[in-house]
Amino acid sequence: MNPSRRSFLKTSSLLGTGLVLAFHIPQAAQAAEAVMAPEVNAWVVVRPDDTVVIRIARSEMGQGTLTGLAQLVAEELDCDWARVTTEYPTPGQSLKRNRVWGNFSTGGSQGIRQSNEYVRKGGAAARLMLLQAAALAWDVPMAECDTGKSVITHKVSGRSTTYGAMADAAGKLAVPSDITLKAPVDWKLAGKRLARLDTVDKTTGKQIYGMDLVLPGMLNAAIKDCPVFGGTLVGFDDQAILTLPGVKKVVRVGSSAVAVIADTWWHAKTALDALPVQWNEGPNAKATSSQFAEVLKAGLTQESAVVGNEAGNAKEALTKAARTIEAVYSYPHQNHATMETMNATALWTPTLCEAWVPTQNGETAFNAVVDASGLKAEQCELYKLHLGGGFGRRGASDFVTQAVQIAKAMPGTPVKLIWSREEDMAHGRYHPVTQCKLIAGLDEKGELSALHMRISGQSILATVAPEKIVDGKDPGAFQGLNSPGPEASFCYALPHLLIDHAVHNPHVPAGYWRGVNLNQNTLYVECFIDELAHAMGQDPLALRRKLLAHNPKPLAVLNAAAQRAGWGKTAPKGIFRGLAQTMGFGSYVAACAEVSVSTEGEIKVHRIVAATDPGHAVNPQQIEAQIEGSFAYGLSAALYGACTVKDGRIEQSNFHDYPVLKLADMPHVESIVMPSGGFWGGVGEPTIAVAAPAVLNAIFAATGKRIRDMPLKNHSLKMV
Amino acid sequence: MTQLNVNNALRSVDAEADTPLLWVIREQLGLTGTKYGCGMALCGACTVHIDGVATRSCVRPLSSVAASAKVVTIEGLSADGSHPVQKAWAALDVPQCGFCQSGMIMAATALLREKHHPTDADIDAAMTNICRCGSYNRVRAAIHAVASGSLSGAGLKIQHADGSST
Repeated sequence: MNPSRRSFLKTSSLLGTGLVLAFHIPQAAQAAEAVMAPEVNAWVVVRPDDTVVIRIARSEMGQGTLTGLAQLVAEELDCDWARVTTEYPTPGQSLKRNRVWGNFSTGGSQGIRQSNEYVRKGGAAARLMLLQAAALAWDVPMAECDTGKSVITHKVSGRSTTYGAMADAAGKLAVPSDITLKAPVDWKLAGKRLARLDTVDKTTGKQIYGMDLVLPGMLNAAIKDCPVFGGTLVGFDDQAILTLPGVKKVVRVGSSAVAVIADTWWHAKTALDALPVQWNEGPNAKATSSQFAEVLKAGLTQESAVVGNEAGNAKEALTKAARTIEAVYSYPHQNHATMETMNATALWTPTLCEAWVPTQNGETAFNAVVDASGLKAEQCELYKLHLGGGFGRRGASDFVTQAVQIAKAMPGTPVKLIWSREEDMAHGRYHPVTQCKLIAGLDEKGELSALHMRISGQSILATVAPEKIVDGKDPGAFQGLNSPGPEASFCYALPHLLIDHAVHNPHVPAGYWRGVNLNQNTLYVECFIDELAHAMGQDPLALRRKLLAHNPKPLAVLNAAAQRAGWGKTAPKGIFRGLAQTMGFGSYVAACAEVSVSTEGEIKVHRIVAATDPGHAVNPQQIEAQIEGSFAYGLSAALYGACTVKDGRIEQSNFHDYPVLKLADMPHVESIVMPSGGFWGGVGEPTIAVAAPAVLNAIFAATGKRIRDMPLKNHSLKMV
Repeated sequence: MTQLNVNNALRSVDAEADTPLLWVIREQLGLTGTKYGCGMALCGACTVHIDGVATRSCVRPLSSVAASAKVVTIEGLSADGSHPVQKAWAALDVPQCGFCQSGMIMAATALLREKHHPTDADIDAAMTNICRCGSYNRVRAAIHAVASGSLSGAGLKIQHADGSST
């Protein structure tokens, strides 16, 4: 039986809403048909008609994880791909089954690389159980039986049967533990350029996102949180709006927000806009970005800092250097600006609480439901919906907590909370703000001998999990700057290296923003390396090659991108090239951007050649889509992305003052997916980090101007 | 009650005259394929056709839509995803998260109706919808694919479950 369906039926019938749902969720509809189909194991359900339902614990938010994970399970299951469908197990069921589906977290480009082994084993175990069931039915040795495209055959006797016919018996067998996985070289489904499983409903309007959910008797809510972070709600005059159309109730949400509940969201939002609200804006009421920039600037030269990577003695080497080169960079706050604004739907009664949430982490969202509901975990459940973009924002559960708090004011009635775009801009979990000072030393021969990189700025952990900060260190701040390792290393070899972090946190909350700290760290390193190459009179590619000579993987992607782009050969008239490389999320990436700058200062990014070595490539056409998407996201950040603070609040409110890249400005992207095997790297994020530095380095090549603080919209490149 | 012609059906809706068409479509008519993204006609997620013209419904008051005007939403483009633009979108796996794609498809359909063989510049000018996932290059490729009638011309080599390749 399908757990999410079973749970929903049980809980909803308690409320007397019965089995009739006024909405269409493909997943739920499929699950209804699957009620009679037993699971073979936790990962695989096979229906009598041979439809294979693969359970996916991670969330689909556009990155293609749903299809990639299904490919990996199906590969080992040896089933008919044309009959594969998917469903999300629920966090509540996971809890009851001892976390049989593992981690639900969908961030850090980890969906596939962190779970590939156990989901493949799930598929392989299900195959063995189906095989064993057939062998038992035929009373023949399992070794004489084989599988292919959901069919089990016994060649000796010429018998065959299907997975659908054997599923019931297979599900009663013990799950085998001794599993040998296929070598990637033998893959038939994984590694192929398969079409996504979730495309068609996204072309017809049938895909139900959290914002689209309709439940029987549901009301809608709009919310306004104190615009100044750290402020509180003093009061509101609900009498002023209670007579407006559709308004049901005005409720205080937590200590700092107010929500209007109405029949429709438009009524709720309109009434909220008319509601007189009094805030206590608290100690940050006068804070500005420029004030905080001074704090960060001081941090660039302060004595104490947390060391992230150290080799030799960089400070001493710098004092002995024949020549030093220095530069200061900065990177602003940015909002994720998912196309679907934050939303969640909750139903609360004194004995149960259910929530429907587009979340990147079903388990933490479930915990938020439990906490906010005041009920026990076994009285709660959470159903995931596909996300209209996540990019890290939906790893947080602030909006889930709010939805449950609002639903508690309307016991027995489901309430859908939707944030307006303005609320979404004002209450993000922003890309951390940092500055960086880099000092390089050259020896008498003009060779690079030492580098000190001082980061001054915000720690994400300080917002999301301060308890994980040990000895003042947020390890994630050094993403892409770490000593050699499998996740996010600094790849260049330098005799003396010191990378340290002066932690300074503003009152603006930070979050994991697609690409995370790799974005600014790579920008700082790759632009500065470019500066050094020019100062040393060396070709930027040649210098990078020299510093990567010991490190074949990053060298290979760099060479691939440079070669395909034609580095060293004459570019078309007016076109200039820039390079960048980095290692993050377990993968190696490099890019060469081709840019022109008009005499009026207009930047045009014409073409980007990008190379990625993710170790294993599960679906190359989707990796290409992720690479292209990474440039759209990274170029949006480089060209326009900045959230600034005035009077303690974020100044930007919508896409007119927080512009993002549009189709006309999207460069042609040539992707080189070059998996070298032997490791599993992520693909959703690393390429974002090379977008800005490759373009900035090309802009320098075009104009001789070195842009060191983001975004580009704040600078004039007009030729004078 | 206000009369509307949506997807070739006459519908009566009970909403204030200043209610944006978007919210009438979503909340009164239950057609949730049309999305809210910004409320200021900036992102295009709410794009529908009014008498064949791509229109951002989030800023169109209900009172400005005549009963005789023909409103078409993504659900009305075809009953089964068989419109050539939808087929091209599926063939090239254009959507990522997909939230902006109803608006993209409605904008592309209006463009292709006006210009059967749009140039890249035509596409740049017409397709001002925002996609945060970055599906733009596949959007462009899909529009060209519809115009050329060749779904494999984009060279993506996508393998479909029915054995075809695009």
